[in-house]
Amino acid sequence: MQLFKLLIKNSFRHKLRTSLTVLGITIAILAFGLLRTVVSAWYAGVEASSSARLITRNSISLIFFLPLSYKEKIRQIPGVKNISYSYWFGGIYISEKNFIPNFAVDAKTVFELWPEFVLSEKQKNDFMHDRKACVAGRKVAEKYGWKTGDTITLKGTIFPGNWDFILRGIYRGAFKSTDETQFFFHWDYLNESLKKTDPNRANQVGWYVVEVKRPDLAAEVGAEIDKTFKNSLAETITETEKAFQLGFVSMTEAIIIAVRIVSFVVIVIIMAVMANTMAMTARERIGEYAIMKTLGFGGWYIAGLIFGESFFIASMGCALGILATFPAAKAFGDAMSTYFPVFNVQRQTIYMDIAATFIVGLVAGVFPAWRAVKLRIADGLRRIG
Amino acid sequence: MKIPLSYSFRNLWTRRLTTILTASGMALVVFVFASVLMLAEGLRKTLVQTGSYDNVVVIRKASNSETMSGVDRVQASIVETQPEVAIGENGQRLLAKEIVVLVNLLRRGSAKPALIQIRGINESSFPLRPQVKLVEGRMPRPGSHEIIAGLSIAKRYKGGGLNESLRFALRDWTVVGIFDAGNTGYSSEIWGDADQLMQAFRRPVYSSVIFKLRNSSEFQRLKERVESDPRLTLEAKRESKYYADQSEMMSMFLSILGLSLTIIFSLGAVVGAMITMYAAVANRTDEIGTLRALGFQRRNILLSFLVESLLLGFIGGCAGLFFASFMQFLTISTMNWQTFSELAFSFSLTFGIVYKSLLFSLVMGFIGGVLPAFRAARMNIVEALRAA
Repeated sequence: MQLFKLLIKNSFRHKLRTSLTVLGITIAILAFGLLRTVVSAWYAGVEASSSARLITRNSISLIFFLPLSYKEKIRQIPGVKNISYSYWFGGIYISEKNFIPNFAVDAKTVFELWPEFVLSEKQKNDFMHDRKACVAGRKVAEKYGWKTGDTITLKGTIFPGNWDFILRGIYRGAFKSTDETQFFFHWDYLNESLKKTDPNRANQVGWYVVEVKRPDLAAEVGAEIDKTFKNSLAETITETEKAFQLGFVSMTEAIIIAVRIVSFVVIVIIMAVMANTMAMTARERIGEYAIMKTLGFGGWYIAGLIFGESFFIASMGCALGILATFPAAKAFGDAMSTYFPVFNVQRQTIYMDIAATFIVGLVAGVFPAWRAVKLRIADGLRRIG
Repeated sequence: MKIPLSYSFRNLWTRRLTTILTASGMALVVFVFASVLMLAEGLRKTLVQTGSYDNVVVIRKASNSETMSGVDRVQASIVETQPEVAIGENGQRLLAKEIVVLVNLLRRGSAKPALIQIRGINESSFPLRPQVKLVEGRMPRPGSHEIIAGLSIAKRYKGGGLNESLRFALRDWTVVGIFDAGNTGYSSEIWGDADQLMQAFRRPVYSSVIFKLRNSSEFQRLKERVESDPRLTLEAKRESKYYADQSEMMSMFLSILGLSLTIIFSLGAVVGAMITMYAAVANRTDEIGTLRALGFQRRNILLSFLVESLLLGFIGGCAGLFFASFMQFLTISTMNWQTFSELAFSFSLTFGIVYKSLLFSLVMGFIGGVLPAFRAARMNIVEALRAA
């Protein structure tokens, strides 16, 4: 108890220095938390994907399509429960800066395959019965102030022209990790227009989404699908949705590695600042330590004092930093929603914050504590200042 | 009378541990600051070198990239007959009708997939891009299943090396040559005969028409004519602008990330400098009193402490830049979100970045030192001497 009291008193002897150090640690923990959240947001799509869904796409690459006739062939494969298809439409809303992922989907099955997109029965019905209808996620609808019944025009990049849609529903995510920024409309609408303007590209889909009866059948069914279309003009690759998303993320891996490295750099910077504070503090108190040793306190007691102070200051900064992370992440996530549709602070990030603080406190205390343990009383008393 | 510079310098030297710790904090901030600037500069350089100002890219209206675009043969021929197209040495038009598609390739070693651009070329493609040179092997024969690969493809992707072969679109393609395109985007591409590739991929349309302008100033007129021609649904862009537009999202991302990192990090380092300088002032109260008693004026003291802090910043800045300069050996390769294809660029150090980083480190030193220096300058002689 006595030790603890001394610790706190010591910590506040230099109020300015302590508050500056705490401020520094707060900033560092905040930055670390945000950077780790960026990393986890990068993988949000992977986290949110289901292992019971398979994606079948053209084996050459994503920009090549599959014929609609594959649908029934895939459906006949044992183990397949349900099948849907979509098309990356690549439309632009007003300007290229407003990036919205937009897909032409099979209206009948889309909400069966993605139960995490929650839509009221009425809106689902409205969407189904209007070929020009579209459904948007809550976040995009809020961002652009869309209400059901509004007409939304997308400029096609892959399919030329201006395309009008009528918003018939706004979906919500069933989980916190569900992407609420997507935009769906009827594949039939696109296909009927293509039949008139560009018949070569009609009756094709970007990829099939296959739901299997049990997740453990996924590998088998996937192999079977690919075997069915081997040596055809459009060979397929089938993988789980998770693997598919991961493949995408791994293409931007370099950026993630950079962000990861930088998140550790910030901890090292603050380690230097904190170590400096502790070194200065201990240097000023060498005389005191000598007196304490004379009074009979052991070297390890003094080391404990130094470590305790180091941890105390670090954890104050850490607590403030963690508290600040949540509003900061909210603001950052809103500002960057084009890049990160899902931006939530994960519990794991908080654990990492605490671990980082512990390491900072430990490293900052080591050198001064070691000096205090080694200190010879006469030297300490002789030293002035 | 000024306090000699050596006073500030020796103060830093006496408290070596503190100086090193504070300066290394700053060095890390400058390192990050410089690295981000170098990355942005590298991306810009890649783009500038990839696109030439005098070349024009014609793609389908509103399609942002060649991979999304489609130009059918009739339209391509109409573009070919425009009078602004430059004529080459042998009398042929410096115009290439190209097809660009993406294929999945696997990396060597890790077997991770990446999307690589394959470009179908014709005989004018090379003269249009003087920065691209064949370094090994030979050109592909027209009408054959032969391809040439960019240097970075040959090095990093399975089947991309000389005399190896790649399989896509139900055929095997032999790599008969390697080309070097320096830092440009072409280094991560594979080139082959346009007609063969169109057949193999069953895409009866070109992706783009690229040509050199006869006279660079005629661009505006050409653009207006092409875009208002009712037979064409195309748009014309200068090649340099085309490539800059393509990585707009990437460069914006880099600058947002860089800016926010720099601000947050520099706050941390400024706090570190402030702690050090406040401690320096507090430790030297009696010294300051003595200096004042000897006749040095307040502004001399202020200046002396500021110089010390600036020196601290400068040491940090130099160390940070020293380590950042090694980043030039690294190349970042990542997917461009706008085109889904691979984009590789490296860190690039310019004089402007050196100058900006050093200035930045001095500013950090100044902000960290100015308040403590004022405190030192405002001290009362008698009280300062008594404190000793």
